[in-house]
Amino acid sequence: MQPLVIIGNGISGVTLALEVRKQSDLEIVVISSESPHFYSRPALMYIFMGHLGFDQTKPYEDWFWQKNRIQLVYDHVDAVDIANQSLLMRRGQPLKYGQLVIACGAKSNFFGWPGQDLQGVQGLYGLEDLKKLETLMPSVQNAVIVGGGLIGVELAEMLLSRRKSVTFLVRENHYWGNVLPREEAELVGREIVQHGVDLRFNQQLASIEGDGKGCVQAIHTQSGERIPCQFVGITTGVSPNIGFLKDSGIDLARGVLVNAFFETNVPHVFAIGDCAEFRDKQDGPQVEQLWYTGKLQAEQLAANLTGQKKTYQRGIWFNSAKFFDIEYHTYGRVSAFPQTDEIHFYWEHPDGRKSLRLVGRKNDRVLVGMNAFGIRYRHRVFEHWIQAGLTLEQTMAQLLDANFDPEFFKRYEPQMVEAFNRAFPEHPVQLRRKTRWWPRKGA
Amino acid sequence: MNADFGLQFTPDGPPSELTWSHKLAIALLSLGALLILLLLMNRQDSLFGWLGLGLFVAGATFWFVPQMRTKPGIRNDYLMVSSLSRRGALGWALGLFLTGFYVVLYFWPQYLRGLIVWVDPLKVALSGSSALDGSVQGSQWFLYGFLYTLAVSIMGVRALIRYRHSRYQVIRTASVMFFQLGFAFLIPNILLKLNQPYFEWTNIWPLRYYELWPDSATYLAQTGWVGPVMLFWGIGSFLILTPILTYFFGKRWYCSWVCGCGGLAETLGDPFRQNSSKTERAWRLERWLIYSVLGFIFLTTALLWANHQWHGQILGTWSGKFASGYGFFIGAIFSGVIGTGFYPILGSRVWCRFGCPMAAYLGILQTTFSRFRITTNGGQCMSCGNCSNYCEMGIDVRAYAQRGEDIVRASCVGCGICSSVCPRGVLNLENGGWSVGDR
Repeated sequence: MQPLVIIGNGISGVTLALEVRKQSDLEIVVISSESPHFYSRPALMYIFMGHLGFDQTKPYEDWFWQKNRIQLVYDHVDAVDIANQSLLMRRGQPLKYGQLVIACGAKSNFFGWPGQDLQGVQGLYGLEDLKKLETLMPSVQNAVIVGGGLIGVELAEMLLSRRKSVTFLVRENHYWGNVLPREEAELVGREIVQHGVDLRFNQQLASIEGDGKGCVQAIHTQSGERIPCQFVGITTGVSPNIGFLKDSGIDLARGVLVNAFFETNVPHVFAIGDCAEFRDKQDGPQVEQLWYTGKLQAEQLAANLTGQKKTYQRGIWFNSAKFFDIEYHTYGRVSAFPQTDEIHFYWEHPDGRKSLRLVGRKNDRVLVGMNAFGIRYRHRVFEHWIQAGLTLEQTMAQLLDANFDPEFFKRYEPQMVEAFNRAFPEHPVQLRRKTRWWPRKGA
Repeated sequence: MNADFGLQFTPDGPPSELTWSHKLAIALLSLGALLILLLLMNRQDSLFGWLGLGLFVAGATFWFVPQMRTKPGIRNDYLMVSSLSRRGALGWALGLFLTGFYVVLYFWPQYLRGLIVWVDPLKVALSGSSALDGSVQGSQWFLYGFLYTLAVSIMGVRALIRYRHSRYQVIRTASVMFFQLGFAFLIPNILLKLNQPYFEWTNIWPLRYYELWPDSATYLAQTGWVGPVMLFWGIGSFLILTPILTYFFGKRWYCSWVCGCGGLAETLGDPFRQNSSKTERAWRLERWLIYSVLGFIFLTTALLWANHQWHGQILGTWSGKFASGYGFFIGAIFSGVIGTGFYPILGSRVWCRFGCPMAAYLGILQTTFSRFRITTNGGQCMSCGNCSNYCEMGIDVRAYAQRGEDIVRASCVGCGICSSVCPRGVLNLENGGWSVGDR
C-alpha cells in the first residue's frame, strides 16, 4: 500500500500525521521545504526578539518522529501528478502516494503596489521571511508597516525590540476595525501608541519608492504623503500558497476547494488548513486561517481517514492574541458593528487596559459571544455557557467561575456587575461567589 | 544549535546605549568589588568591606531601579542571545566563579578569613558570639549565611521589579525574601544570643539532613524546654505539616515560597531559568537521581539510629561512613558546588530538581494526593514554547498545554512563571482541579 503523504509540516499537517498515527499503522510521509522539523509558526516573533531560540519553538524533540514512524522529507514539491498518484520533487525522486493531503499553508498578500519587489519589502509568514528580516536589520532605522491586523502588531513589537522607529498604516479609522468593535479597537490602539508606534488611521499604501539601487527608501500613501523608510512590512493578510497546483487538475479558487469532508474533486486528495477553501457556503469564513482551525480541521480529517467519517463541525468560535502587553480572548460571535437584534454590554476599567464585552440576542437575552482584554477567562466555561444558552444575567452572576487570572490578581467582576446593573436596571444581577470544590474527574 | 538547516539568528543584543544610570551602576559595582577584593588581600581594614558592600548595593540599585520606568510586563528581549544568561563567555565565567567560591567555602575556608573577620562584628551583635572563637581561621558559616541573604535580598528586589505586573510573583518573591532574612538568618542567630540551639525553623529534614540524626536530636532533646520544642517541630513539620500543606497547595508552599534553596533559585537564579534541560533524557535522569538521594538519606538516618541504639556494636563505623559520605557528596558537592555554582550553565534548580530529598518527598505527595495542578485554558495553546523554555524545573509544559491537559508533575515547584510568560493566557496554578469538562 502506498503511503499517506502530507505536503506541509505546519500545525495542520503535523496534527493530521499524529492523529492518524494514533489510529492506524499507515505509512506516513510529511514533506516540507521550510524546515526539517515542525516548529510553532506563531513563535516566529519570539525567536526574533530573543525570547526563544529556534530549537525551543519545536514542540517535539527530533527523535520523536522516527519513534512514531513518521517519515520527514525536507524537499519542495514542484507539481502533483494525479494520474500517476505521484509528486514531482525539486531535489529527490518522484514520490508515490496512496492518499495525499495538501496542507501547504499560505503566503503573504501583495496587492500589486509599484515597488513591491524592492529589497526591504516583505511579509511575515515563515522562516524565510524571518531570515530576510534578520539580514535587513543592520540597514534599517525607520520601518513602515501596512495593514492593521494581528501580524502587523507582532511585527511592530519585533521591530521596536530592535529599537527601530515604526510607522503603522491602518486602512480603517481604528485598529482591526473589521473584527473589533470600536471600544476594543481604541483600547488596542492606545496600547500600540503607548509602546512608541506612530499609528496612523485611514491611510493606505500607494507606492514604494526605491533608491535606484534596488532598495526601498520611502513609501507614498494614497493621501500623498511620503514617509522615508528602509523597510516596509506588508501584513495585509495571507492567501493560500497553491501556485504549484495550477495545472494539476485539482479544483482551485482562492484555495484548494474542498467539501465538508476535506475531499477535493480528485479521489484520494484532500486539503486542510490555511490553503483549503470550502466549496459550499458555510457559517464562517470560506478559508479559515487560524492556528486553532488548522488543528481542528486536521483532527476531523484524521477521523475521516481512519474510518469515522463525519462532516466538519467547527464548534463555538474562539480566538486569542496578545497586543504588546494586553491579552485578548474571544469566545462565540462578536460582531464589529453591533446589530439591531443584539444587546451589547461593554465594561472598561478606568485604566483603559482591561475590558469585557458580552453580546446577547435581543429577543431572549441569550449569550452569543464575548470579548475580553487584559483579563483571562476560561474557554471551556464560556463555550459551555454559550452552548447551554445562558442569558446575559445568568452569565454576569456566575462570572467569577469563568475568571482565569492567576491567584492574588484583583478581580474586577464586582465592578462589571455594577456597570451591568446600571446599564440594565430592569434586570438587576447579584454576583455569586466563586464556586469551590468542583467535583473531580469521574465524580 | 540550529545546525540542521543553517538557520541562525544572532541579533547582537540590544544596541549598546548605556544610560547614565547604567554607567553609574557599573562604576559602583566595579568599585565595590575592588574594595572587597582589597579586603580579602589586606585582611584588616573592614571599612573597605562595608564601603565596598555599600557601593555594591548602590550599584545594584542604579542597575535595577531604572527598569521601573519601562512598562510593566514580560520583558525577555535578547535573553536567549545574551552571553550571561545563555551560556556565553560571561555565563561560563560566572559559573566558574560561583563554583570556585563554593569549593573554597566548603574545603578551604581559611582563604576566606579576611571576609570572616570583616562580618564578625555583625555576627557578635546578632548572636552574641564570635565566629573566631575556638579556631584561628574561624567558622565560615555566618559569612555564608550573610552573603546568601544578601544575594536573595538584592536579586529579590530585581525580581520584584521585573515581575511587578503579577501580584502572584510579587507576593511569592516577598515571601522567599522574608523567610530567608527572618527564619533562615536572623532568628537562628538571635536564638544563639538567647543561649538556645541554633535552629532553622523552615529548613525541614531531609533537606537539613543532619537535623534528625542522633547527635543533633539527642542534643535538642536535652536542651531546656526550647530544644524539645524544636525537635518536635522538626519531626512534625516533616510528618504532619508538610503533607497537610501539600495537600492544599502542592509542593510550592515550600519550594517556591519558604525554602532557602528555592529562595536563592527564584532570585539569584531567575536570570538563568531558561537553561534547564527540557529533554526527556534529563527527565529520566531526574527521576533516577532524586529518588536515589531520598533513599540514601533514609538509609543513612536509619543506620545512624540503629548504630545509636546498639551503641556501635553491630555496625561499627559503617553508619558514620554513610553520614560523612552523604554530607560530602550530597550536602556539599551536589547542593552547593553543583547546585548553585552551575546556575548559569544548568539553570537555577539543579539541586531542587535532581538532588533534594525534601523535593522528592514533596513531589511524591504532589502527584499522589495534592489538589494542586496547573490547568490549561481550553484549546488556545499555539505551542510557542515560552512556558517550557522558562520552566526552571525543565518540565516540558507545552507538551501538556497543547493537548489541553492539566499538568501534575512531581517536580513542579509552582513558581508560576509559565503562566506569566504565556502569551495566550493558557496556564493557571490552581488548587482544586477546576475544569468544566470534568463535570
